[in-house]
Formats: sequence, structure tokens, C-alpha cells
Amino acid sequence: LDWQLFSVLQPADSMLPLMSTPRITTHYTIHPRDKDPRWEGVEMERFADEADVVIVGGGPAGLAAAIRLKQLANKHEKELRVCVVEKAPQIGAHTLSGACLEPSALTELIPDWKERGAPLNTPVTEDVFSILTEKYRIPVPMMPGLPMQNHGNYIVRMGNLVRWLGEQAEEVGVELYPGYAAAEVLFHEDGSVKGIATNDVGIAKDGSPKDIFERGMELHAKVTLFGEGCHGHLAKQLYKKFNLRENCEPQTYAIGLKELWMIDEKKWRPGRVEHSVGWPLDRNTYGGSFLYHLNEGEPLVALGFVVGLDYTNPYLSPFREFQRWKHHPFVAPTLEGGQRIAYGARALNEGGFQSIPKLTFPGGLLIGCSPGFMNVPKIKGTHTAMKSGMLAAEAIFPKLTAETLDSETAGLHVPEYAENLKNSWVWKELYAVRNIRPSFHNYFGLYGGMIYTGIFYWIFRGKEPWTLKHCGTDANQLKPAKECTPIEYPKPDGKISFDLLSSVALSGTNHEGDQPPHLTLKDDSIPVARNLGIYDGPEQRFCPAGVYEYVPLDTGDGMRLQINAQNCVHCKTCDIKDPSQNINWVVPEGGGGPAYNGM
Amino acid sequence: MSGRVLVGVKRVIDYAVKIRVKPDNTGVVTDGVKHSMNPFCEIAVEEAVKLKEKKLIKEVVAVSCGPQQSQETIRTALAMGADRGIHVDVSGKDYENLGPLQVSKILAALAKQEDAQLILLGKQAIDDDCNQTGQMTAALLDWPQGTFASEVSLEGDKINLVREIDGGLEHIKINTPAVITADLRLNTPRYATLPNIMDSLMNNETELHKPNHRTSLCVGLIPLFETVAPEDMQGGTDRSGAMLRHTVLQSGLGLHTRSLVVFSIGIGKNKTKLGTV
Repeated sequence: LDWQLFSVLQPADSMLPLMSTPRITTHYTIHPRDKDPRWEGVEMERFADEADVVIVGGGPAGLAAAIRLKQLANKHEKELRVCVVEKAPQIGAHTLSGACLEPSALTELIPDWKERGAPLNTPVTEDVFSILTEKYRIPVPMMPGLPMQNHGNYIVRMGNLVRWLGEQAEEVGVELYPGYAAAEVLFHEDGSVKGIATNDVGIAKDGSPKDIFERGMELHAKVTLFGEGCHGHLAKQLYKKFNLRENCEPQTYAIGLKELWMIDEKKWRPGRVEHSVGWPLDRNTYGGSFLYHLNEGEPLVALGFVVGLDYTNPYLSPFREFQRWKHHPFVAPTLEGGQRIAYGARALNEGGFQSIPKLTFPGGLLIGCSPGFMNVPKIKGTHTAMKSGMLAAEAIFPKLTAETLDSETAGLHVPEYAENLKNSWVWKELYAVRNIRPSFHNYFGLYGGMIYTGIFYWIFRGKEPWTLKHCGTDANQLKPAKECTPIEYPKPDGKISFDLLSSVALSGTNHEGDQPPHLTLKDDSIPVARNLGIYDGPEQRFCPAGVYEYVPLDTGDGMRLQINAQNCVHCKTCDIKDPSQNINWVVPEGGGGPAYNGM
Repeated sequence: MSGRVLVGVKRVIDYAVKIRVKPDNTGVVTDGVKHSMNPFCEIAVEEAVKLKEKKLIKEVVAVSCGPQQSQETIRTALAMGADRGIHVDVSGKDYENLGPLQVSKILAALAKQEDAQLILLGKQAIDDDCNQTGQMTAALLDWPQGTFASEVSLEGDKINLVREIDGGLEHIKINTPAVITADLRLNTPRYATLPNIMDSLMNNETELHKPNHRTSLCVGLIPLFETVAPEDMQGGTDRSGAMLRHTVLQSGLGLHTRSLVVFSIGIGKNKTKLGTV
């Protein structure tokens, strides 16, 4: 098919040697439609609608902002149209998190959440931290004051909490539009943000229009909030356009893989929280595991594995590390006799304080994990994400409803949001833990980091006057394959560990097949030349959904990259970790992606 | 002729989701699972909207029987181009007992109430694969039926239909009013775009009906089925195999095979029995 496509379409005007690289990318963000003869005469007008505030992303931050806005509007008896667009087919279907929730922000937003039936059903009763070796476990006492201590927190199924937040939002009058992805940022003539446009539908895999082609819709707003979660694709564009990252460090990330298991009742200890570091990762690869026993009437555990994306060995496969961790003698007994019922993965932020960009620009704001407020040692980001959404709402509201619209630009600029955030507990919290993650970049790796944490955080509460730096972007950390040794992973046994494709099937992910792959490559020739040539194709290993495969060419000599876009679970790891930074994740047709249920 | 078409739309678990059986073995887990409109119902809605665009019919009414969430399915149909929606509210235990027979009775009653000229349904639902509702509705109304339609064209007050059958394609001509069920190749459904969804949310063109003995939609929702887990089967002796061989030889089928493989497949806790004769 690639060859047929290539002979029909015009060769791309890039460095492609003529006719030797099969065309992979057909998306219009790489091959613009105004120069494409197949799009001549196609109606490209878009229907436009006006709202007061448009929020991109129906996750904890976006929904908290929406709810807070409508709460204020209802309290002050003002009319405010708040629209939330979300790419998932239903609110909560793309949400994936451990999770141990600190209910502080939720209580501030909806004080009577318990009476309203918020799904916080599992208070933490036991908190266990271990360092694992291949066969043994070293317990680490969980003293009060250590960041990962979980007293007062709840184990939640974040997807269910987000779904509940969606219901609360609808109750206060927010307009929720799941199944519609924000694909483009719109700008006024003065350069400020005008709103967003949703994705076009009905484009065929080769980039040509189908009979059912329809343009997306434009949603204009006085101010647009971007809450796309970790490494949002629109935020990526905004960083460039408004230079939001010039005074902060690059963001660093980790990938989190998660499964839900229905276990044997005898092994079930509701409220128990287990974390571990160490095996199977070496001391220089950041990461660890979590295992939470939920208490919602059935013996369900949520477990998963996080690997820092600054790892250096291109042969590392986070998925297979996760699968082999489950066989550890401390973990496997819990899972024996159980049944795996769900799987998913998502990237998460690890940059913390040092990586927070400029948060406001004319016409818009960044909220939640998109700019990144995760408290890394606590491994919690939901409470800060929600608080950032609420602070954004509180900063915007008076400006929106003021007698005179006080703004130099057509889109509202709300720098008060960043001010309020700096004065809030979010800032203090992130400042206190700012040095913990970077402290792992030393010869002793994990152990150096733990010693640092013990001294400077537990004793000195993060008050040391210096701020450690990160090592640069995650994409630059990979060493060439010839300098590293391949890792021998054990074969999955089908009872506790599993292969990749059956795991992907459990995520329920699917996309309309006949659409351009949304994993776009800026240059189609780079994967084989660089990623495969120098790094042995790390995307085959770090993608938790098997999207990237290097397969032999039909002609026999050489390989080509095959992108199985339908498998994508929207984790964004490829966009982060691609050593050539050639992969640009854009949003597929809305409604596609995983179908997580209470993940 | 009223020019009104009734289209049935069913809310089912999305086809890409991995189904899980409930721990008590009485059904599948539906709570929180991604649902969407049955793909064959989407094709039916698309066909109805196409007929309206060709000005062959005047109004498209989308009907769904189910709990509160069925309204989302109706809204999708409205966003695709249906004019009105009717939500027949069936929830809880009643919803578990809702099957093709009950739905056909409801559709038949609605068709009379709405003076419908045509009923368009999907050929089957992807959750139960019954393939019965269209046929039963036609029988209850004593209307002609054109099932597994891959081409539909209206000619005056008759309908030319091409049906996909086991032997190939069958061309039939039926009178209106009629029931048509849509097969895969009838059309490619359009997308429900956001402006249309917003419209359908604002305008709320959906009526609510609650079937009970007072309304004309009086439908007996008596449970017809009970779901039980299969019993644990014990491994058998080869007697069944020998019996089969005996029967085959007796019947003079003249099979000159050296062996017959006898197997039985069970689901759930049943063991697979394999024996060779």
C-alpha cells in the first residue's frame, strides 16, 4: 500500500531520496492541504460559535476550572457560557492514574463531596515502601514527613472520579462535549488566542477527502484554558508561539503503565498502599512501582510501574520491565489466582518546579499537568492540577464580568492567574520537593537520591538555598545502541505477565481505520536512517501499545517503519522520547483512543 | 402518506471494548463501559436521512428503548439529521428483560401512533446478535419486510430493495408501509458533528414515553429468559463416541473413514471433551 500511495501522490519536498522511502505521514499538518490538488474545490469554511470560556481537556484540571467558573457565575448571578471539549468518547475514558488522591483541592472545590457521592471509597489504611532486589525486599519505614506518606489520602479510580466531576459540572451548567478533540488553536489578528477548532472528520488514510468529509467547528472564547494533560499537543505549539519556556528548564517525564486486577479474596487487603523502587531497574534508571488495594465491594487492585524517560539504554522496554516486576516474590503472590481486567499507560511529568513555564499569554492560560504541577516524590499531581484550574477560574472570573473588558488584546490576558498560583500552597509544595528528583542524577543514582531526600527533605523540608538542575531533555539522554547491552527479558507466562498485544486489547483502544496516522513524522526518512540506524529503533520498545514496528521492506533489503496508529493509547511517550524529535503526536478523530473504565 | 420514517437506534457496548462477564455470571459488566450507537442502527439513520435529503420522505423520528443514557444515542441520531426523538424509558430490571419481542411491540405501537410510512432498523444489534426485531415488527404490523438491505430505492408507493442473502443478492419489490433492516453495505454513515450535537442538546427534541398499562405503549415486560452459569461438567467415558460410531454405521451413511473425531465444546467452567472413535 505504501508503494501504491507513493506512486500516486507527489513526492514530498523534503530531503527524501526520490522513490526510496515509502511515504508514512499523510496528515495535513505535515502536508498542507492548500497545496494538495485533491483538496481543490472542497468547502473549507467552518461553522463558528461563541462562548465566554473554552476549556480544552475534560480531566481534573479542566473540570475543576469549569465547575469553579460556573459556581462563581451562579453565585454572582452572571451568565457565563463555559464549554469543555474532550477527545475521549466519554468523560473519564482517557483518564489514567494510580491513584492516591490528596483530597485537599476537591474539598476546596466541592466541600460536600461525600454527600454528593464522590467515588472516594478507600481511605489509605496501610502504607508500605520497599527497595526491591531480584529476590528480596528491603522495607523502608514510612515515617510521617516523608513525601510519599499517605495518611489522610484516598485510593481512587481516577476515571470514575473524573466521570463524577463531569456530572457535577453538568449540574452547574457547564457544556461538556466529549468525543470532540481540539485540533487547532485559533488566533486573532493581534496574535492573541481566539479559541480552538475541533478536528476535521472524514479524511482518508492517504490524506484525501472522503464523501463524508466535514470540517471541524470553531469555538471562539474570550479566554481559552488549555488542560490537555501531560505533554499536550496544542500546548507544544503554544510554547513555541509565545516563547513560554524561555526561562524554565525543559520538562522531564516518566511513563506510567497500569493494570487493574481482580484478585483472590484471601489476598485482598483494602486500603493497603505499596510502593517500591529498585529491581528490576538499575540504580541509574529512575522508576518504581505501585500497588493499591481498592475497597469498592470487590477484590480489585490497581498496580503499575513508572519508568523515568531519561533512561539511557535504548534497549529498555518500560512495558517489559513492568511485566517482569510482577514476578517478584513480594508481588506475585498477590496476583496469583487473579485475573487482569484492564491495562493502560500514560506519560507523567517529573520536572516539577524547575520546569514550570510561563503560564499565561494573551487569550489563554495553561492549567493542570500540561504545564506540570506534579509533586514527584509524592507521585501526586491531581490535587495541584485541580487547584490550578480553580485558581485560573478565580482569576478569570472578575475580568470576564468586569464592567469594562480591560485588555490590550482581543483575547483576554490574565497574568493574575500566575500571581495567584505563586502565592498558593501549590507553589510552596512544589518548591519544597524541587530537588528530590534531580538529586538522582549522581553516581549512586537511586541510593544517592534517597539519601538526599532523607537529609534535605525530611530534615530540612526543602529549604536548602540551591536548586538542582535537570539533565536536559529526555530525548537527548539515549545512548547509541552500540554502546549499550540489550536486556534479556523473560517471556510472559500468560498468568501474571502478558504480551503487549493482548494488553493493548484490554485498553479498549480503537480508532477509525481510514484516517491519516496521527503519529506524524516531520521527515519520513529519519526513523530508518537515525532511530533504527543509531538507536536500534527505541520506539518499538517504549511505546506501550505496539504502534511502532520496523518491518522488512517488500523489496527485501532494508526496513521501514510501520505505524499502527489504531493501537495508540494517547500516552504521548513517543513525542517525548523520540531521540530525533521527529514524531509529532497530533489529535486523531475525536472519540478514538482508549476506552478506560475507572482507570 | 405521512412521509414519516421511524428509525430504531439501540445503545450497545462499543464494539472495540473487551467484554467482561460479571462475577455472578448473570451477564456482562456494563457499568462505566464505553457505549455507542449500534453500527447497523447508524446505517439505518444514515439511510433515513438520505431519503429525507432526496425529498422522498418528510420526517425522520429516532426511537430508542432503554434507560436514561439512551437519550445520548437519540441525540447522536438527531445530530446526524433526524428531526425528532422518542425515548421509551425502560430501566432497571425491566431493561434486563427487554428483548426483540418487547421492542417490536413498542415499535409497532409507535408506528401506529405516529402514522409511520416506513420503519428502518439495523439488521441486528452487536450485543445480542438476535436479528429478530425487524422481522417481528413487520409481523405484528402485518407489513412487508425487506431485511438485510444493501440498496433501497423508493418508487412511488413501492420500494425496490436489494437484499444480501446467503446465495448472493436478491431483488424484491415491496409495498409501503414496510419495515426495512439495514445491512453493512447500505451506506457509510456520516459523522455527528459538534454544531449538530450542540443543536440537539439545546433544542431537546426528544419526547419521553414510559410504557405502562395506562398508555398505548402497554407492553408486557415479563421475563422470558433466565441466565445461569453452566454447571460443572464431569469428564465422560467414551461411550458417547462408541454410540455415535454405532449410529453412523447403522445409518448406512457408508463413511469409509478410519476415525471420527468427536468433540464437545463448553463455555465457562465446562471442560472440553475430546474423544476419537
